[in-house]
Amino acid sequence: MREEENYSYKTPSSQLVKIAEIASHYKGRPEMLMKVITKVQKIEPAFSASVASVIAREMDIPQTQVYSFVTFYAMLSVKPRGKYVIRMCKSAPCHVRGAKEIVRALEDLLQIKMGETTEDRRFTLEYCPCLGVCEQSPAIMINEKAYVNLTPESVRDIVKRYIRGEV
Amino acid sequence: MEERQILLRNRGKINPRKASEYIATGGYEALKRALSMTGAEIIEELRLAGLRGRGGAGFPTFRKIQFAYDAPGDVKYIVCNADEGEPGTNKDRILLSCDPCAVFEGMAIVAKAVNAHVGFIYLRAEYAYLVPVLEQALESSREEHCLGNNIMGSGFDFDIKLRSGAGAYVCGEETALFESIEGKRGEPRFRPPFPGISGLFGKPTVLNNVETLANIAPIFRNGWEWYRTIGTDNSPGTKLFTVCGNVKRRGVFEFPMGINLKDLIYEVCGGMEEGRELLAVQTGGASGAIINASQIDMTLDIDQVSNSGGRLGCGTILVMDDRNCIIDIVRNNLEFFKDESCGKCTPCREGGTRLYQLICKIAEGRGSIRDIETIEDLAETMRLTALCGLGHSTAVPVTSSIQNFYSCYLRHIDREYCHVCSEEDDAV
Repeated sequence: MREEENYSYKTPSSQLVKIAEIASHYKGRPEMLMKVITKVQKIEPAFSASVASVIAREMDIPQTQVYSFVTFYAMLSVKPRGKYVIRMCKSAPCHVRGAKEIVRALEDLLQIKMGETTEDRRFTLEYCPCLGVCEQSPAIMINEKAYVNLTPESVRDIVKRYIRGEV
Repeated sequence: MEERQILLRNRGKINPRKASEYIATGGYEALKRALSMTGAEIIEELRLAGLRGRGGAGFPTFRKIQFAYDAPGDVKYIVCNADEGEPGTNKDRILLSCDPCAVFEGMAIVAKAVNAHVGFIYLRAEYAYLVPVLEQALESSREEHCLGNNIMGSGFDFDIKLRSGAGAYVCGEETALFESIEGKRGEPRFRPPFPGISGLFGKPTVLNNVETLANIAPIFRNGWEWYRTIGTDNSPGTKLFTVCGNVKRRGVFEFPMGINLKDLIYEVCGGMEEGRELLAVQTGGASGAIINASQIDMTLDIDQVSNSGGRLGCGTILVMDDRNCIIDIVRNNLEFFKDESCGKCTPCREGGTRLYQLICKIAEGRGSIRDIETIEDLAETMRLTALCGLGHSTAVPVTSSIQNFYSCYLRHIDREYCHVCSEEDDAV
């Protein structure tokens, strides 16, 4: 995928309607951009150009401001993402407790590399900085839920529950 | 060794969502006392108590409040920095999830001191699961008239709003945090003006770490004289230590300032796992110094750790056993800083990347003594010229490890076999 396509792909118009509804509550309040973005992210995992333009229009701020904001923060993305984003902590406390083996187990189970999204758009694997559960490392986070004290076996079991739709 | 639980006194004992349970353990009594005091009296109490910031820098708390107190203007803000991003730290998560009202109470007391009516808690995105807990705790505190309009019938109004981050280490820096609350990219501002004069939305602002704020209510409940009996002269009070890495027992522990690092690792945390030896300890998170096993007989208080070239920082103790390689750990630290640099100032943006490239070169057996000299030169440049604390401390793990593990650097330069770094090369 070319770089510009990572931003200009299509988002369904039904989604855009919902997003417009969220953003319209904060018209003329640019300081609420984070709140809008966090709410939008719950229903749409990535911020395409069309998502950004709807937010910008409804809040009455420049679209570039939305893009600049989204590309700054690690947990936000303009690129398409899966329904479940699996974040692997990359920081030292997890690193010294076998994070590498967890990564291998995840890549092997989902058959994608870190930074990639499965073809069915269900899972994205990515690294993230410290998750703040260091006394129980190694840890991952799947969307807003943290899983701790992982072993390659336990992480497989956890992700399988998502694959089967048990979560 | 017994823990001394002041901040964690309610851990697991009360329902954190209910202010009534906090009140039943003596909560919000300190606020009641503070509401009858003047701003100057509140600041004086904190000065006498000697409370210093627990977020990393150890700056005297009363001074921060004094700046905002002296600043002209009717609108002032209180901000709680809950963007706990330092790798290896999760004390603030424990505090906010066990006893959030203690933090609100601290904020309200500071608000009374400077006559602020609005406070913000900036919570990192990784802790999004705490939002419902905090919201319910806030709501129930309002119902108990401990927050909101006319607190406890005193005529003083103060309320707290929650704001979230979205994943950026640099937002733990105070001015970057303000930018983020204002709906912008979290890039640090040039200083001066300092936050006490012009902070959030350009208004005088007092920003404190979660743990610092949690210390305030106990001080006002028991008095500064009591507080001075705990900890050391220069760092009174207790400190939360997050011990992680290769020790038997990991966790967040509360001890008086001045506890010995060796005792913490061996007596409290049970030492290394069977058959393993201690290789190194990093105090203060990724931006802290890495010391070797012979240096751990050290008193943990803000000044003593600084004197030994490291920093107590937020109280993180990362313990590494002999399965690890220092160069690999430093590479991990630098990769973190390279990724987390916001890119606003050149020394940090370019310097962090260069340091990472140099350490990779050494790890891969392509380094030379000349590279160590370049690293030291670069480290000094970054320390002197970077815009914020992130750039100032990026090089700390490198320079401290060069000092304390020089032979390890030499082994990599001499291309001796390293079981950790060579495995990494195979993977790439």
